[in-house]
Amino acid sequence: MTVKVETTVNGQSVSGEVEANTLLVEFIRENLELTGTHVGCDTSQCGACTIHLDGVPVKSCTMLAVQANGCEVLTIEGIGTEDNLHPMQAAFQENHGLQCGFCTPGMIMASIGIVDRNKGSLDEATIRAELEGNICRCTGYHNIVKSVAAAAQDM
Amino acid sequence: MYNFNYVKADSVQGAADALSAADDGKYLAGGMTLLPTMKQRLAAPTDLIDLGGIGDLAGISVDGGTVTIGATTTHATVAASAEIAGAIPALAKLASEIGDPQVRNRGTIGGSVANSDPSADYPAAIVALGATIVTNKREIAGDDYFLDIFETALEEDEIITAVKFPVPEKAAYIKFPNPASRYAVVGVFICTGGGDVRVGVTGAGPCAYRATDLEDALKADFSEAAVDGVTIDGSSFNADMHASAEFRANLVSVGAKRAVVQLS
Repeated sequence: MTVKVETTVNGQSVSGEVEANTLLVEFIRENLELTGTHVGCDTSQCGACTIHLDGVPVKSCTMLAVQANGCEVLTIEGIGTEDNLHPMQAAFQENHGLQCGFCTPGMIMASIGIVDRNKGSLDEATIRAELEGNICRCTGYHNIVKSVAAAAQDM
Repeated sequence: MYNFNYVKADSVQGAADALSAADDGKYLAGGMTLLPTMKQRLAAPTDLIDLGGIGDLAGISVDGGTVTIGATTTHATVAASAEIAGAIPALAKLASEIGDPQVRNRGTIGGSVANSDPSADYPAAIVALGATIVTNKREIAGDDYFLDIFETALEEDEIITAVKFPVPEKAAYIKFPNPASRYAVVGVFICTGGGDVRVGVTGAGPCAYRATDLEDALKADFSEAAVDGVTIDGSSFNADMHASAEFRANLVSVGAKRAVVQLS
């Protein structure tokens, strides 16, 4: 069965006719060609596919594209530009919060959610606990935690 | 995953009708278990009936001594609810420890309770607090709801609409999470009030259950020593790569003691 997907991605209305079993991440990457959102584990563990759905981080590999109908989707492409990075992107750059970069889009989208949820009371233990849904196999997390803490000051 | 027919229900009745019309239909709530299961081809329903668009299934209300949580209310909403934190803080804490933040933003109480994973968190609170499962057909007492591994009292087409929790005097939830999945290897929920003690255990057996031997011991003497005096029978407990049945039996005891300390 095919279904009609009608949603808003990074502020723009988009639509498409896809098979019902199309995942949101497949729709984002293959139909919209927004390849900043990554697929890591494809089992809802690693968080590389994290996007925002109606303002909160979710894993787009564990959602059907059609479930996003009528919702606002925000991907890594929608949060800043090369000349005007989002504070979280700038903090990851300044604190070297990445090595290979594969997990970084998901880390940044999840981390924006962490700051949103903990405005004014974000300590290191909270950052570490709330990064639970994102896996980085390079960094050991120290610089990621530093990046999130730094960005929280600017958001 | 295999393809399927997708139906977006706009009412509970519409969802039930769609399931009846389907060959082998399944209800879809948050999808945090069902979609990974379908991706692994452990489930291949012919039709998915999405409950996510039924507006009146989501929401929280606290009325006197009862907390009512709509079936499609997410774990994140329960965890962040000031009303629940005021009435049953242990329930808000339990919700805050399910999965990870992204999963909590999609996963729902109704989906968790309908699925009845032996390691899910909510079932411990449901049996301990004596919650009521409200469906489109009837109300089911928490004590009568969980039957076996992934097996509940729900009929095939029955839809959970809400869960009603009586507010206890005090309650505590202690969880030993699997470090990878965050499911409970064992979780112990204890509530007290009016001289009564109720103990709900998840993760240990095929489904959540009330540990009546611990309840009797704690009613007589609410102490860690009383827990130590009870031998936990692990003969029917789960044993897998994460924990042996003996280890789970020990965790039930340790979890109960930690909860008793919190409540003392």
